[in-house]
Amino acid sequence: MEKIIEVKNLSKSFGEFQAVGGISFNVKKGEVFSLLGPNGAGKTTTIKMLTTLIEPSSGSVHIGGLSLTENKIAIRRQFGIVFQDSSLDEDLTAEENMFFHAVLYGISRKTRQEKISDLLKFFGLWERRSDLVKHFSGGMKKRLEIARALSHDPPLLFLDEPTSGLDPQNRSRLWEYLKELNKTMNMTIFLTTHSMEEVEKVSGRIVIIDHGKISAEGTPEEIKTRTETKTLEEAFLTLTGRDIREDAPTESDHLRKGRILWSGGRKK
Amino acid sequence: MNAIGALWLRQIKRYLRSRSRLIGSLGQPLLFLLALGFGFGPIFKKAGGGNYIQFLTPGIVAMGVLFTAIFSGIEVIWDRQFGFLKETLVAPVSRIYIMLGRTLGGATVAVIQGILVLTIATLAGFKWNSVIGIFPALCFMFLIAVLFTALGTGIASVLEDMQGFQIIMNFLVMPIFFFSGSLFPLSGLPHFLGVLAALNPLTYGIEGLRISLLGGSSLRMAIDALTLLVFSTALLFIGSRLFEKIQI
Repeated sequence: MEKIIEVKNLSKSFGEFQAVGGISFNVKKGEVFSLLGPNGAGKTTTIKMLTTLIEPSSGSVHIGGLSLTENKIAIRRQFGIVFQDSSLDEDLTAEENMFFHAVLYGISRKTRQEKISDLLKFFGLWERRSDLVKHFSGGMKKRLEIARALSHDPPLLFLDEPTSGLDPQNRSRLWEYLKELNKTMNMTIFLTTHSMEEVEKVSGRIVIIDHGKISAEGTPEEIKTRTETKTLEEAFLTLTGRDIREDAPTESDHLRKGRILWSGGRKK
Repeated sequence: MNAIGALWLRQIKRYLRSRSRLIGSLGQPLLFLLALGFGFGPIFKKAGGGNYIQFLTPGIVAMGVLFTAIFSGIEVIWDRQFGFLKETLVAPVSRIYIMLGRTLGGATVAVIQGILVLTIATLAGFKWNSVIGIFPALCFMFLIAVLFTALGTGIASVLEDMQGFQIIMNFLVMPIFFFSGSLFPLSGLPHFLGVLAALNPLTYGIEGLRISLLGGSSLRMAIDALTLLVFSTALLFIGSRLFEKIQI
């Protein structure tokens, strides 16, 4: 199968701290690929590098055959992303958020309105399209983010812990949508999550990273066989240990450390 | 509509929706105008300065524009905290357009604020030299607005959170406002403060506004406009560079 993402020796360091240390993997077109790992393992840093939000320290990434460092704008057109935390403008309405995205992605005036109404209907938000997003529930916001991420028909969708904080109803509904999109549109899904149950259900290929390095790769079945465990959860714990991780500092914490400006009065 | 237009529209919509912000940011210039205008008016007159409201109004209009513009720029920090910044940074649009759209939107809002202050000042007794003065006045307001929105955006691009904001207000925005000829004539300042005022872009903005509204040398006005234009272009450039480098 054709590769949509090719990652070679990708690293990211923040000063002394190496968040991602030379990982390599491929994602095939049309698959549901999961990147798993404990808190602070380097998942979000990896996603941020793949989506052009932060510069890799070394290594190469190709998306749809294009090099990440040279074709940022062209690559940004290829994917949609749903961030772990909301990235909606809460002072705009659902429809305005969609409109804004459509304009940024250069969707023509003709198709814009139709696309927006189709997606809002599909995600059950049509009735509330004129409400400000700040009045939405967590599940509705998440659905709107996904609708928005899909509005430019990306062949690739990044989902960074999409179901965290959602109730079972929203979670199962979301997965129905995503499976359907994966099947009917042959859309590649790049997922990070802490829910092993979810990963087993969608049963694509998995990469487990820990301390910025890859510790296992394969289908859930393969990983379970290799670690001689019955569930993916057990396999995950066998591979990454049972110790509780301190939430590793975020990228901005590292940036902050390296920043002299404005740091005078602060103790961080 | 393109990306610049969309970001411009967003700034306007947010401004019109946030009535508290609209009223809140009018409060301070209004207080300055009434308290200083009527409080110091008699002293100013006794010292031979003429009608203080006449002198003060261009300064307070510039104040409204300055504060709103800096705030609009600083909004980048809010967008960073509320996550919306990410949405614009992963979009397939050059960040320079994103920065330009935001800045023009913020600047438009700041000009609207300036017009509101000018309207209130007129109601409070400010006398126009001629009505045509509104056109150059609007140009000066716009130049001041672009300059300081770009400055605010640039600063916000390197700030992580609102903690540094107070420092900026105290050590940058307030001195810019005080040493610009907004509240008192610059002619009586000691030498080093005079130099400071001459380096301050707002000084030229206020002089230009004063000539627009009260009359004066057209040559000075042209020099003021040109100086502001150079400053605004430079800050737009620096602001875009800083905005481009944002990593989340």
